[in-house]
Amino acid sequence: MVLTVYFDMLSQPSRSVLLFCEVNKIPYEKKVTHVGGGDNRTEEFQAINPVMRVPAIKDGDFVLSESAAILKYLAAKHNTPDHWYPKDIQKRAKVDQYVAWHHMNTRENSIRVFWTEVIIPMMRGREVDQARLQRQLPALEETIDRLEQVYLKDQQFLCGDDITIADILAVPELMQLYGAGRNVTENHPKLTAWIERVKNKLQPWFDEFHTPLYKMRQKRLKGEKAKL
Amino acid sequence: MGLEVYFTILSQPSRAVLMFLESNAIPYTRKALDLRKGENRTEDYSRINPMMKVPAISDDGFNLTESVAILKYLANKYTVADHWYPKDIRKRAKVDEYLAWHHTNTRPACASLFFNEVLLPARTKQPADTVVVQSALTQIKNALDKLETMFLKDSRFLCGDEISIADLLAICEVMQN
Repeated sequence: MVLTVYFDMLSQPSRSVLLFCEVNKIPYEKKVTHVGGGDNRTEEFQAINPVMRVPAIKDGDFVLSESAAILKYLAAKHNTPDHWYPKDIQKRAKVDQYVAWHHMNTRENSIRVFWTEVIIPMMRGREVDQARLQRQLPALEETIDRLEQVYLKDQQFLCGDDITIADILAVPELMQLYGAGRNVTENHPKLTAWIERVKNKLQPWFDEFHTPLYKMRQKRLKGEKAKL
Repeated sequence: MGLEVYFTILSQPSRAVLMFLESNAIPYTRKALDLRKGENRTEDYSRINPMMKVPAISDDGFNLTESVAILKYLANKYTVADHWYPKDIRKRAKVDEYLAWHHTNTRPACASLFFNEVLLPARTKQPADTVVVQSALTQIKNALDKLETMFLKDSRFLCGDEISIADLLAICEVMQN
């Protein structure tokens, strides 16, 4: 049974799924699905994911979307090391708790700022709407404070002292902002240290999959317009 | 001590948790919080839930927030019928898939409409902002269309032919409006 992963490297949850497969040596085939190029709108892809989003997987005849669901499925199917998604029901509940909160906090607030700073100006050929950005930044700052003061308060990773699928979902979202040229970790030493710990657990693939964002950041800091 | 459930009856995810407990005859103590009086903003409650939201549970000292996490924990802890949160990894994955999609579709759309049409006008004594309400209605229409054409396309419930925790969460959002 072949596992195919449909992804766009610029999609944060796509990177989470790819990183999880690589670090756990789960054999899979990559299927680049370039959202900017409309690859997600083909009939072929709609049969995999009617909502037309990435990432999505096809495992034999089983199709699945939503990175949180995909990570949990792969952890169960491939019997990955327990720390990723612990079997103990209380430890597991803590991971489920973060993953639920993630959708409308880390993910939502990072994406809004990324769209305002990068995607919308690129799509519309305009300057950044500063008023809109200023309205969105407080929610992002609150998310970052919550990550530091609640989830990372007394532990090395978001849900305990070892990495879980929570960390693998969260860090790519913050890296997206890094790619935009934003320094989200400035003045946040706990966050900075946590991101380094997560990166170290996921190398060399972490750097490999984030290279497009590293390049985007270099261009944006030089004032050049990046292409998607 | 046992299982304590902190909730407010106007909160959609709170109702989903209560319905799960009642229909599975799981013993628990209700702890209703009046959000208008700020009962979720006390120091005691912030120890249960630092995010100060409802619902939350305290199970003999084990504190948990987020209705999705709570429902899964209860389904795992107690012997409930398999259909609520199936053990088969593919069936479970389909429930997880809906629950993830729920956060960014059904929930924000329904919550936004209720907030802008009911809660905010009640609080500010101003009429609802029709532009914002219209936008929320469009979001809801998109979400409901997807529920019909995708999740309910070939099955009686959102994730198969039997009810699961996905249906509990979704129905509470739809009933809000």
